[in-house]
Amino acid sequence: MSAQKDRWVSSFSFLLFCASSIPRRGNARLLQELSPQEYFSSLQAGRASLAYFSHNTSPGAQPFLEQIENSAEALQDYGISVVKVNCPKEDVSRYCGKENTLRKAYLFRGNMLIREFPTDALFDVNSVVANVLFALLFNEVKYVETLADLQSIENALKGRSNMVFAYVPATGTAEHRAVMEAAFVYGTVHQFVLTTEATLLRDTGDDEPDVSSARLLFCHCQRATDLAQPCRRTAMGQALTMLNIHRHLKLMGAPLVTEVAEDPEKVSTVHLQLGLPLVFILSQKETYEADRRTAEFVAWQLLGKAGVALLSRDLVDLNILLRSNVALKTPDEGVPVKYLVLEDTDEVITLVEDKSKIRQIQEEEEEEDQEDEDEKENNNQDIQDDQVVEAVSRDKKRELPLEQILLLTEETFHSALLETARTVVLFYASWEAVSLAVLRSYTEVADHLKGTQGVLLARVNCWDWPGVCTKENVTQFPTVKIYEKGERWVMYDGMWGTEELTSFIMLSRISCPLKLATIEEAEGYLRGEFPSELSSYHHTLVLGVFSTATSEAREAFEEAGNILSGHVTMGMYFEDDALSLSRKYAVSPPALLLARSGGRSVEGVALSKQSAQDMVRMIRYELLDVFPEITVQNLPRYLQLRKPFLILFSDGDIGEMESKEMLKLAKGRPRQAFVACWLNLKKTPVGRGVLKVYFATVPSLPLLLWVNLHAGGQVFQFPSEQTVTEMNVLSWLERLKAGLEIPSSTLSEEDWKPPLPAYDFLQMMETAVPEVPPHPSHRRGDMPAPESPGGDTTVQEEPSQETKAEKGGSPGRDLRGTAPRLAAREKQGKRHSEL
Amino acid sequence: LSLALYAGSLCAASGAAFLYHDYCVIGAGPSGLQVAYFLQQAGRDYIVFERSHAPGSFFALYPRHRKLISINKQYTGKSNSEFNLRHDWNSLLSHDHRLLFRYYSRDFFPNADAMVHYLEDFASLMKLQVQYNTAIIHVTLERDEQAWNGHYFLLTDQDRQNYKCSSLLVATGTWVPNVVNFPGSEYVEGYETVSINPEDFAGQTVLILGRGNSAFETAENILGVTNFIHMVSRSRVRLSWATHYVGDLRAINNGLLDTYQLKSLDGLLEGDLEDLAIVKDKKGKLHITLRFYLENRNTSAGIDSITLPQDELDNFATRAPYDRVIRCLGWKFDFSIYNRSLRLIPGKGNKKKYPQIKPSYESRGTRGLFILGTASHSVDFRKSAGGFIHGFRYTTRAVHRLLENRYHGVPWPSTVYSITQLTNSIIKRVNEASGLYQMFSVLADIILLRENATAFEYLEEYPVGVLAELETQTGRKAPNGLFVVIMEYGRNFSGADKDVFYYNRAVGEAQHAWQSNFLHPVIYYYEHLPTEREMKLRPPDWPLPRPDAIHHIVEDFLTDWTAPNAHILPLRRFLENCLSTDLRNFFAESCFFFAFTHQKLPPFCQQGYVRMQGLVGSEGLRRHAVEAGLLEDYTPRDFSGDKTPDSHEGSQDQLLRDHTIQVRPLQHLVNAKDE
Repeated sequence: MSAQKDRWVSSFSFLLFCASSIPRRGNARLLQELSPQEYFSSLQAGRASLAYFSHNTSPGAQPFLEQIENSAEALQDYGISVVKVNCPKEDVSRYCGKENTLRKAYLFRGNMLIREFPTDALFDVNSVVANVLFALLFNEVKYVETLADLQSIENALKGRSNMVFAYVPATGTAEHRAVMEAAFVYGTVHQFVLTTEATLLRDTGDDEPDVSSARLLFCHCQRATDLAQPCRRTAMGQALTMLNIHRHLKLMGAPLVTEVAEDPEKVSTVHLQLGLPLVFILSQKETYEADRRTAEFVAWQLLGKAGVALLSRDLVDLNILLRSNVALKTPDEGVPVKYLVLEDTDEVITLVEDKSKIRQIQEEEEEEDQEDEDEKENNNQDIQDDQVVEAVSRDKKRELPLEQILLLTEETFHSALLETARTVVLFYASWEAVSLAVLRSYTEVADHLKGTQGVLLARVNCWDWPGVCTKENVTQFPTVKIYEKGERWVMYDGMWGTEELTSFIMLSRISCPLKLATIEEAEGYLRGEFPSELSSYHHTLVLGVFSTATSEAREAFEEAGNILSGHVTMGMYFEDDALSLSRKYAVSPPALLLARSGGRSVEGVALSKQSAQDMVRMIRYELLDVFPEITVQNLPRYLQLRKPFLILFSDGDIGEMESKEMLKLAKGRPRQAFVACWLNLKKTPVGRGVLKVYFATVPSLPLLLWVNLHAGGQVFQFPSEQTVTEMNVLSWLERLKAGLEIPSSTLSEEDWKPPLPAYDFLQMMETAVPEVPPHPSHRRGDMPAPESPGGDTTVQEEPSQETKAEKGGSPGRDLRGTAPRLAAREKQGKRHSEL
Repeated sequence: LSLALYAGSLCAASGAAFLYHDYCVIGAGPSGLQVAYFLQQAGRDYIVFERSHAPGSFFALYPRHRKLISINKQYTGKSNSEFNLRHDWNSLLSHDHRLLFRYYSRDFFPNADAMVHYLEDFASLMKLQVQYNTAIIHVTLERDEQAWNGHYFLLTDQDRQNYKCSSLLVATGTWVPNVVNFPGSEYVEGYETVSINPEDFAGQTVLILGRGNSAFETAENILGVTNFIHMVSRSRVRLSWATHYVGDLRAINNGLLDTYQLKSLDGLLEGDLEDLAIVKDKKGKLHITLRFYLENRNTSAGIDSITLPQDELDNFATRAPYDRVIRCLGWKFDFSIYNRSLRLIPGKGNKKKYPQIKPSYESRGTRGLFILGTASHSVDFRKSAGGFIHGFRYTTRAVHRLLENRYHGVPWPSTVYSITQLTNSIIKRVNEASGLYQMFSVLADIILLRENATAFEYLEEYPVGVLAELETQTGRKAPNGLFVVIMEYGRNFSGADKDVFYYNRAVGEAQHAWQSNFLHPVIYYYEHLPTEREMKLRPPDWPLPRPDAIHHIVEDFLTDWTAPNAHILPLRRFLENCLSTDLRNFFAESCFFFAFTHQKLPPFCQQGYVRMQGLVGSEGLRRHAVEAGLLEDYTPRDFSGDKTPDSHEGSQDQLLRDHTIQVRPLQHLVNAKDE
C-alpha cells in the first residue's frame, strides 16, 4: 500500500519540486533585509516580491512579521521573494513615511505594485501563500460571486477546456492555499473558478451542502456539446489538500475508458498507480459496441473512484469462466484479479464503492499515522481487536440480572449441591471475557428455566475461589457442570448459547436412556408425548429396542446414553413384547427407531455395532438431517463429516420444487459423497457475508454452490440459468468432477497470523541501554563506591530516573493532574504532561 | 509393607547399627516441617531430627523482643486463598485451612510465641515424623554404588545413635550468633542473652554493634529510657522500603532513625568493627578505642596508658564512655557438624554465613544434600524472600518436586491446556500466584509449547536458576520453545541509596511497560531452552539470559493485572507474535463465516466452534461487537435505518449524480458469453 503511494507521489513532478531537497536554510536567510533604495533597485521585471517596511521593527508587528518570515520558504518555491525593507528613521517616502503603511505588506511584480495586504489578512503561512498566489493568478483563477457569473464562464468554456470549480468557506485557509497552489500548476490547462459563496454550491446541484467544508468539482466542459446543459461534474471526495487536488485532476485527465489487450494481471494504469481499483469490462467482438457503451457508462459513474478498461476476450486467452463479464483489479500488490459475473451496471458500481469506502478509512488511518511519526510503529496495537473482549467490556456497566443464579463460595459449594436434585454450576472468572459472555447467556437460561422444579442454577467465580475450581478440575473458563445430588456430574460440552444450554439442562433431567415399561409408553415416546416434560422440546427421538437376549448391545446402548445425555433423547424398550414393536417398524432387535420431527415418521436402523463408542458415533450420524438448513449453531456437526457442501443459498424459505429436488439429490446419492444443505439468509444473515466473499456482491438468489470446504477450497456456482433439478445438478457435478468447470472463488488459504505486532520491548531496551542486557555497573545491595564506573551516587542517579520517567509516559499511579492528563491523552496521543 | 521397610531400614554397617530412611531432615523449624509435609503427602520414607523437645526452637528464643516482623494480614478484600498467601508471611503451605497463621494471631506483627504454637500444631495436625531431642552432631558420607547418589549420608546424634539416609535435607537455619573478636570484646553482651527489660537500661548510655533488624529492635526497646544509643556497623543502613528486600531494616523497627535525625542524642556511625577495641575504666565505663593503639602499647599498664582516639582528636565521635555494649550481628549457618568429605563450604563475601549451594538448592560439594529454609538464602540473598518463611515455603516445595522427579520418576506436576487458554493461564497466575509474587526473580512458571503451538504444558514455580537443566530436573520435554513467567522489580529502581519516591516513578502506559519499577510480571520467550553456558553468561542483574522476545505487563497500583486493554491485550499480542498465530476470541457467527471463507480457522474457532463449543453470545453482546466494528452485521436493512451513510458522503453522491443516469442491465454481455 505505501509502495503504491510512493509510486504516485514520485510521479508527481510538481510535488517533487515543492518538496524538493533544497537544503533547508534558515528562514532568516530566505528573508532578505534591504534598505528602500536597495529594494527598489533590485526589482526585476516579471519577478514577484512581497515586501514590508519597518522602522526597526515596531513591537506590535512582531507576530505578523514572524508569519511572513515563515512563508518565505513556501513562497520561494513559486519564485516569489520576501523582503523586509528597513526604513531609515528620517525616511518619509511613500512606503516608509506613513505609520499605517507599516502595518501592511506589499506585493510587487517587477516594480509594479499589485496588491497591498493588511497585516490581519496574513495571519499564518497558509493565508500568506493563498493571498499572494490569489493576487498573482488573477487571470488563471476567476473569482465569482453569482450563479450568472459562473454560468457565463462555464458556457464560454464549453467545447474548449475544462473547469475546476472550488468552493472555500473563507480565503486565507489551508484549502484556499491548496486550490491556489494547484492553480499555479494547472492554471494554464484548466480554468479555475473560486467562490466563497455557499449559495453557488447549492445551485450547482447540492441540496444541503455542508458550507463549512471546502469543495472542489471538476467540470467536464471540453466534451460538452449541448450548450443548454451544464457540463458534467465530478466532485472530489477527499479533503482539499494539494496532494488530493493533484490526484483528482490527474484522474480527470486520464482517458475515460482504456482499451487493453493483455492479461489484466499485467495491466497498469494511472488509477492503479494512484491507489484506485481498475474495473475491466470483458468484451467480445460480437458485442463490442454495446460493451464499449457500457464501459463508458460505468466509467462516468466511477470517475474519480476507479478506472475502467475494456478488455477484448478474443485477443487475450484467459482461463476464466465463460460467463464472467467483469473483472476487478485492486491496487494492493499480490491480490489476484477477481473475475465476476454481474447482472447490471449497478452491481459494478456498488462493488467499487464498497471497496473504496474501506480504502478511504484505511487511508485516513494511514494519514493519521504519518501525522504522528512517533506513534507510527505501534499502529493501533493498543486498540482492542478481540470482538468478545470488546463486546463484554462495552457491556460491563450493565448490571446483570443474576438473582436467579446462586453464587457459591468455597464454604457453600458442597452443601448447595445436596439441596436440589440437579445443580447446574457455571465456573467462570470475573476477568475472563469468554466466560463473562457465557455468564450473560446463562442469565437468559435462568430466565427460561424460572420455576422449573428440581434444577438449581449456580455459579462459582474462580477468581474468588480458586480452591473449588481446582478441586472440581476446572482447567478452562468457562466450564458448566451439572451435579446430581452431589454424586455424579456431567460436564456440558455443547455450544455456549442460551438455547443449547437450556435444552441440555432440560434433557439431562431425564435419564438417558429412559427405560420404557410398556409398549404404550414406547409408542407415546415415539410420538413425543412421553415423558411429558420433554413434549416442548422437539428433537429426533431415539428408541433402542432389544430382545431380552441382546443384553450386550443393551449395555452398550446404556453406556452410549450416558455419553450422549443432554444432547439426545434416548429411550429403550426390552420387555417381552419388544418383538411386536420391532415388527411394527420392520426391524429386528437389537435396533434403533428414530422418530424425526414430532414422530411423523419412524425409521428403523439395525444395531450392528456393539461397542458404546461405535453406538455413540452411529447415533450422532443418524441424527443428522438428510437435507439440513445450515445455521451458525449446527454447522460444526456437518463440518465434522469432512465432506464438500452442496449448499443452496436462499433469501427466506426455499421453494417447494427446489426443496424436493434437493432432497432427492441428498437421498439418491450415496450420502458419503457430500453434504446437501441449504442456508436461509433471513435466519443466517452472515451467509450474505459469505456470498460477498465469493462473488464480491450478493448475486441473485436462490443460488446453488458446491463448496469444497476441506480440500482445495474451490467454490463452484451452479449456472443460474439452469433450474435446480436432480438431473441438472448431477450432470453439473459430473462436469465438476471432470474438471470442466472453473471455480468462481477459492477459499483463502491464509494462516491466522497475529493481527498486529507486539510492543518490541527487547528492542526498546536495546535502544535505551546500548547493550541489552545492561552492563553490570553495580549490584543491588552492594555498597556504592563513589568512584565505581556505574557512578550510582544519589546525585547522578536521580536525573536519570527523572528522564526515564518522562519517557515512560503518563504515570498510572500518580494522581496529580489526572483529569487534565486524561483529557490531554485524547488530544495529543499518549504524550505525558506533568502538571 | 511398612514392616518390611522397617526391617530393611535396620541395617548393619561396619558393626554399628543404622536406622535407615530415604530422607533425613535436620531441623524441625518452618522449612524442616514444610519439607516433611511434602514428603509425607508424597508417601515418602523420611524422618526429621530436632534437637529441642518441640518444633521451631529458634522462635522460642528469637526474636528476643518477641515481635515477628513478618506480616500477618487479616484482610485483603479478596477471598482468593492463593492470592491471600501473598500477604500472609507466616503460614506454611498445606491443604488444611486450619493451618493459616491468621487463626493463630490477629496481630499484624505477631508475637513469636504464636509461631511456636503454630509450628507445634503444624507438626502434630499433619502427623509429621519428627524425632525430637535428637541433636545431629556429625554427618559423614558412606560410598555405595547402590545408593541413589553413589553414597549414603551417615548421621550421628548426641547419643551416638547412627542414622543412614539416601538424601539429606538440611533445614537447620542459621542459628550460630555472629561474633566479632577484638580487644575488649569480652565486655560485649550478645543479643541472645541481653536483658529485654527496658528498666535495666534506665539512664544508661548504650552502644549497639550491628545494623540489622535485631540491632534496631533492641534499640527500639530501650530508646525511651537510655541517655542515648549509638549504633556502629561497617555498612550503612539499608531500609527495606528502599531496597524492597524484607531482610533490610523494616520501618517498624526504625525508631532510632527518627531520634537520630531529629537530634535526640541517638546516633549512627559507620566503621569496621574489626578495627575497634573496648577498654573498661575503673568505674566500669566502656571506652572505644582502636585496635591499632592497643597493638602499639608495650605492656598491660592499665587503662590510663591506653591511648584513646580523643587524645589525639578531641572531637572524636564516640568519645563518651558507654555503660553497655550490645552485639546484634545476626547468625550464621552451623558448618561444624559436617565431615570434610561433604565439602559443605561457606559462600563468598556477604554470603559467607550461608553454605554454598546451586540454584537447585543442592550442595555444590555433595549430590543428594539439599539446603532448605533460611540457610538456602545464598541463592537470592538481598534480592528475594528465599531466607524467610514466605519465600522458602515455595522453594522447599520446588526442591521436593525436584526430588520426586529425580528419585521417584514423578515428573514435575503440569497441566496441559489448549493454546486458546494461553493468555488466560498467564493472567490467572500472575494475578493470584503467591510463589511467583513472593519469590520474584527466583521462581518462575514455565510454559512448554507443544508441537505446532496448538497446546502447551504449564509448570508452576520452577527455580529459574536451573532453567538449562529443565528437562532433566522436571522430566518434561521442551523441544518447541517455552515461555518463562516471572515477576520483577524495575532494574535500577531500588537500592539503599535510591530515591524511591520520585515523581512519576510509576508507568501507566502499556507501551512503556518495560520501564515499570514496581513488581510486575515479565514473560520471556525462548525458541530453545537456554543452555548452561547462556545461563552462566547472563548479566548479574538478569534472572535469565537474553530471550528471543520479552514482554512486561505494566506495573499496577493494585497488583491487579486483569485490565482488558492495558494488561491482557498487549500480552495477547506478544504471545501471538511469538507463536505467529491469532489468539483472538470469536463469536460463533464469526467462526461460521471463517469456516465458509477460509481453509484454516483461527485456534479459538478450531478448538471451540468446530468441536461444537462455539460461543454463541447474547444478542446484546453481538450488538456491542457490531457497534465496535469488530463484527459485521449482514442483516439487510433499508436506508431509513439507524445506519444511514454519513451526510458528507451522501452529499457527494448527490453531487456526483448525473441527470440522465439509469441502471443498465449487463444482460447482453451475459447472454453473449454463454452462446
